[in-house]
Amino acid sequence: MSDGARRGGWHEAGRPAFEHIRHSRDTERRATERHPGKRMALYILRRLLATIPVMLIVAILVFLMLRLSPADPAAIIAGDAATAEDVERIRAKLGLDRNMFSQFFIWLGSILTGDFGESFFYKQRVTQLIGDRIGPTLALSTFTIVIAVLVAVPLGVVAAYKQGSWIDRLVMGFSVLGFSVPVFVTGYILIFVFAIWLNLLPVQGYQPISEGVGGFVYKLVLPAVTLSVVYIALIARMTRTSMLEVLSEDYVRTARAKGQIERKVLFRHALRNAAVPIVTIIGLGVALLIGGAVVTESIYTIPGLGNLTVGAVLARDYPVIQAVILLFSFAYVMINLAVDIIYTLLDPRIRY
Amino acid sequence: MTVTSPAPEADAAAPRATTARKLARHPNVVVGSIIVMLIALLGLFAPLLGTTDPVLNNPSFKLKKPGAEATIRNDDGTKSTYVHKLGTDSLGRDVWSRIAYGARVSLMVGVSVAVLSISIGLVIGLVAGYIRWLDFIIMRIMDGLMAIPAILLAIALVSLFRRGSGLLPVIIAIVVPDIPRVVRLVRSVVLSVREEPYVEAAVISGTPTAKLIVRHILPNTVSPLIVQGTFIAAGAILVEAVLSFLGIGVSPDTPTWGNIMADGRTYFRIHPHLILYPGIVLALTVLAVNMLGDGLRDTLDPKMERRV
Repeated sequence: MSDGARRGGWHEAGRPAFEHIRHSRDTERRATERHPGKRMALYILRRLLATIPVMLIVAILVFLMLRLSPADPAAIIAGDAATAEDVERIRAKLGLDRNMFSQFFIWLGSILTGDFGESFFYKQRVTQLIGDRIGPTLALSTFTIVIAVLVAVPLGVVAAYKQGSWIDRLVMGFSVLGFSVPVFVTGYILIFVFAIWLNLLPVQGYQPISEGVGGFVYKLVLPAVTLSVVYIALIARMTRTSMLEVLSEDYVRTARAKGQIERKVLFRHALRNAAVPIVTIIGLGVALLIGGAVVTESIYTIPGLGNLTVGAVLARDYPVIQAVILLFSFAYVMINLAVDIIYTLLDPRIRY
Repeated sequence: MTVTSPAPEADAAAPRATTARKLARHPNVVVGSIIVMLIALLGLFAPLLGTTDPVLNNPSFKLKKPGAEATIRNDDGTKSTYVHKLGTDSLGRDVWSRIAYGARVSLMVGVSVAVLSISIGLVIGLVAGYIRWLDFIIMRIMDGLMAIPAILLAIALVSLFRRGSGLLPVIIAIVVPDIPRVVRLVRSVVLSVREEPYVEAAVISGTPTAKLIVRHILPNTVSPLIVQGTFIAAGAILVEAVLSFLGIGVSPDTPTWGNIMADGRTYFRIHPHLILYPGIVLALTVLAVNMLGDGLRDTLDPKMERRV
C-alpha cells in the first residue's frame, strides 16, 4: 500500500486498469452487431483470455523470486537428520535437479492442477492451509468494502455538491489524513477508544459466521472499520472529483431546469454518470485492501491469510508465500476484470 | 478552481522565478516542507536533543510512563538523573531517543527508495518508450509486477534476505513494487513528447538520439517525476513502518518507528504511549510528505490533477 505507489496507480484511474487488454476488434463487432448478448459474451471471453498472459508473468516472477531465495527446499523437506543421499533423492523427486526451464514447467504444471506443495513449517498441504484461512480474510474484506462504499460515496457526493464549504474541506482533509495515518495506528486508536475506554467492542479475536451472525459482526466491526479508513479516503476523493466534473454538464442543468428534486439530480443523474471512475478506483483499491488486511489481521489476531503470510515470512515458508502471492494477485486481476465488465453494463456509452 | 494565468511576457521572462514563487505561496508546500525539515533536524541532531543511547537496555527500568526519572550511576561514581520524556519500552530503552534516531531510518528509507525507484524506472521507461520491440516485453513484465499487490510483493521480497541484514533488503523490497509506476509514467511522457512538432523537427534535422533524449525528452519528465518521487517517499516511509511493525523489517534493535510500535503491541492496554507517540510522529511525517506532494503537483504539474 505504499502510498506513493498507490497514487501512481491512481493517475490512470479514469481508464481501465489493464488497458492493453482492451482492443477494439472491428470485424468481430460487425459480425455480432445484431446480437448484443453474444457480443458481451465474446467480450468477457476475450478479457478472460487476456488475463492469462498477466498471470503467466506473475507466475514467472514468483518462480524466479523463489529460485533466488537462499533456501534449498529439498534440504528443508528432508529435515535435519537426513543424509546427503536423502536430500538428493527428494531433489530428484521434486525435479530440482533439472534445468530452470523444465523446472518452471514442472512447477507451473503442479500449480495449474492445484498442487501448491507442502508447507515447510506446518507440514500440511498448502491448499489445505489456505482453505482453512481464507474465510476470515474474505469476511473482513467484504465487510470493509461494504462499509467503505456506503460511507465514502455519499461523502464524496456531498463534498462535490457543496464544493468549497466546510463539509467539503472536512472530507478532503479526512482523505489526506486517511492516506497518511498507518492502518495499525488507526487500529490501535480505535481499540483504545472503543474496546478499552468505552468497553463496547472486543479488543481482538474472530468468530466464524457459522457460530452465530451476532458474534461474527460484533468481533469484525472494529477490524473492518479500521481497514476501511484508507479505502474511504480513496473512494471519497475519487467520487468528489468525478462528481465535480459531471455536475457542470448540460444534462444536470436540464434535470434541474425541468424541476427534478435535488436528491434525484445528484443520485440519479449525476452519480450514475460519474460512476465509472468510482467503480474503477474501488477495483484498483483492492490492492490497498489486501495490503491493509495483512496488517489488520495481525493487529486483531484474525486467523486469516494475512496472518498466515506474516507467519510464513518469519518462518521462511516459501511454498506458502508463493501460493498466497499467486492467489492474491489472481484475485486482484479478476476483481479488476469484473470491474471493467461491470462498467460496460453501467455505462452503455462504453463500446466493447 | 480559479486559475490565474500570468501574462505571457512575464511567463517567458522569468518562468523559474514564477514557479519558485508559486511554490513558496502554496500552503501545502510550506506546511509540508516545514514539518519534513523539522523531522530531518530531529534525526540529524538526535544526539544533541536530550537523548541517550537508543539501543541501551535497562531491564530494571522497563515500561515506565512518560516523564519517569531514572538514576544513572556514572563511571566516576557520581549519580545523575535522566528523565525519560516519553517513557521506556519493554527493554527499558528510552522511547524519545528511539523516536529521534528512528527519524534517520524513516527519512533514509523515504529518500533512497524515491531516488532508486525513480532512477531505475526512468532508465527502463526511456528504453520502453524508445525501442519498440522491447516496449512490449517491458510493459508486460510491468503489468505482471503491478498485478501483485504492493505490500504483499514487498513482504515476499523481504523474505528472500537473511534476517537482520540491515536496511538494504527493506529498501530493495520497497523499491521493486514502485518501479512499474515510474516506468509507466516515463513511458507515457516519452510517447506523448515524441509526437510534438519540436521533437519531430529535431529528428528531421539529424539530432543524435542521445542528445534528443537529454535535451528534449528528459526535461519533460522532471516535473512529473519530482511529484511522483514525493509520493513514493511518503509511501516508502509508511511501508517500512508496516514491515517493522509486522516484525519482518529492519532488525528489532534498530530504532525505527515501526519497531517501537511492534515492541509496544503486547503492552498496549497498559502502556498505549508506546504506540501512540511513534504513531503520531509517523503519521505526521507521512502527512507532511503527502502534502508536499499535493502542493508540488498543483504547481509543477497541473495536468496531473485532472487525471486524479
